[in-house]
Amino acid sequence: MQIKTMSRIDIIQGKVWKFGDNVDTDLIIPARYINVSEPSELARTCFIDIMPEFSSKVSPGDVIVAGRNFGCGSSREHAPLAIRESGIRVIIAESFARIFYRNAFNIGLPLLESAEAAKVITAGERLRVDIAAGRIESLDSGKVFAARPIPDFMQALIEDGGLIPHIRKRKKMGS
Amino acid sequence: MSMTITEKILALHSGRESAAPGDLVEAKVDLALAHDVTGPIAIKMFRETGVSRVFDRGKVVLVADHFVPNKDIASAEQVRILREFAREQDLVHHFEGGEAGICHVLLPEKGLVVPGQVVIGADSHTCTYGALGAFSTGVGSTDLAAVMATGEIWLRVPPSIQVNCTGKRGPWVCGKDIILNIIGTLGVDGARYAALEFTGDAVRELPMYQRFSMANMAIEAGAKNGIIEADETTLDWLAGRSKLKPLILRSDPDARYERRLTFYVNELEPQVAFPPSPDNVRPLSEVGTIDLDQVFIGSCTNGQIEDLRDAASVLKGKKAARDLRLIVIPGSPRIYRQALEEGIIGIFLDAGAVIGPPCCGPCLGGHMGILAAGEKALSTTNRNFIGRMGHPMSEVYLANPFVAAASAVLGRIGGPGELQ
Repeated sequence: MQIKTMSRIDIIQGKVWKFGDNVDTDLIIPARYINVSEPSELARTCFIDIMPEFSSKVSPGDVIVAGRNFGCGSSREHAPLAIRESGIRVIIAESFARIFYRNAFNIGLPLLESAEAAKVITAGERLRVDIAAGRIESLDSGKVFAARPIPDFMQALIEDGGLIPHIRKRKKMGS
Repeated sequence: MSMTITEKILALHSGRESAAPGDLVEAKVDLALAHDVTGPIAIKMFRETGVSRVFDRGKVVLVADHFVPNKDIASAEQVRILREFAREQDLVHHFEGGEAGICHVLLPEKGLVVPGQVVIGADSHTCTYGALGAFSTGVGSTDLAAVMATGEIWLRVPPSIQVNCTGKRGPWVCGKDIILNIIGTLGVDGARYAALEFTGDAVRELPMYQRFSMANMAIEAGAKNGIIEADETTLDWLAGRSKLKPLILRSDPDARYERRLTFYVNELEPQVAFPPSPDNVRPLSEVGTIDLDQVFIGSCTNGQIEDLRDAASVLKGKKAARDLRLIVIPGSPRIYRQALEEGIIGIFLDAGAVIGPPCCGPCLGGHMGILAAGEKALSTTNRNFIGRMGHPMSEVYLANPFVAAASAVLGRIGGPGELQ
């Protein structure tokens, strides 16, 4: 599995795919499609039950904006993997379920929390997101939102490209 | 410093004198679990760490339970990845075929989990083992890979919510109903990131199998873990099952809680969670007429032998309604055998049930009982999300085994009281 690295200065520009509250991992990728683990195969069935057009229309650099408790339910890492492999570079939500939160950062997919952005931003809007600064700007409305700062530990994971490279690095450093 | 049981376990496992909510700790892991869905990715990521051997071949458990008996070629490949890794690493605990059951039923049954442990599983319902007084939580595959490589995990110490349950349960009311009621009150993110600590006389009085149901569904309120202090009931249950030494810990009387809630069990009816969310809960008397196409009894929530006994007590001498599919899946091979020897399987067969081999099967819409568009199922499982058991236009209602059995006979959602 290729880890997509992300540097501290990463700035993302893309259009918005909008979702509501409590999007569970069964909705992100139903169990009938998780008898495989290859990310490219998983991406093909991402959101298939609630947004069947997603996998064919999503573009690299696009952004997901969602409501409360995004990624609740099953611990399947197939969910953030399918999203990352679809080309989504950041997910902005009012809040995230905890296992999904860990999983996403562990595979190098950053998450930002902003209740206001989650409420105001609409589907199809073009965003410019500065992940490290937590700055979300709508290129259509001109509105700017400040996300909650990413905790230092998660920031370190993103800088290293995920948990596994982070562990490799620490191993090398002998800590 | 005063601590909750969750804080004490995490402090002890990270070499600290104390732990408080928000602290980031690196905890030593007593048991690490993965199954045929999460295991293959965990194994792939483990290889990427550059570590060649798992931290302890006796503490990494692999269970093929989701898409088994292998439902198709893709599933067979995933199960093979587990088997080959287990052989390569010479793992002590690898369960497949006639030795495998639902992981969260199997691990306690095999005596692998005891009070005071830290258990990390690549499955969200790993929180089940909190019923034994362990700290137990679900993670994804990459987290598990790191645990397999290092024997440790980073965790943020969760704030604890004390859930005091008091009163005497009425007939047909189970731990399942208490937890559904709690989830209905808290909402699916009401305990997000928190430890749900179940306490009070109504919890002390619960037999182990119903405590497992409660801890199992802590995740359905978004919790990091659910936990019940070990007591006589716990130790009696462990006797003859486990040779491991339990570490009995209790929350200090002046421990800090984010919230303290009290639930009164006296008046509680059996609960039914309506689709598409486990917090969409109504008492049985307010369900109305919901005709059913399928009833499923089993899963990590209600697949214990006592759950099957409860269902059989209602089904004895009765038949499932015409055109209703009744599916029963014992949680483990041992439970299957027990049910057979006790005549429970016979009762189910006489009622027209299909008996499946121990596996997760229909609970996650994997196989062995998938729903068509528009079909409705009542299930003793833990999730009723859109498309959870099949077609996105199908519906899943959650309830306890008594209600499931009665509903199978009635052909609609109803309680055992209607059959008397």
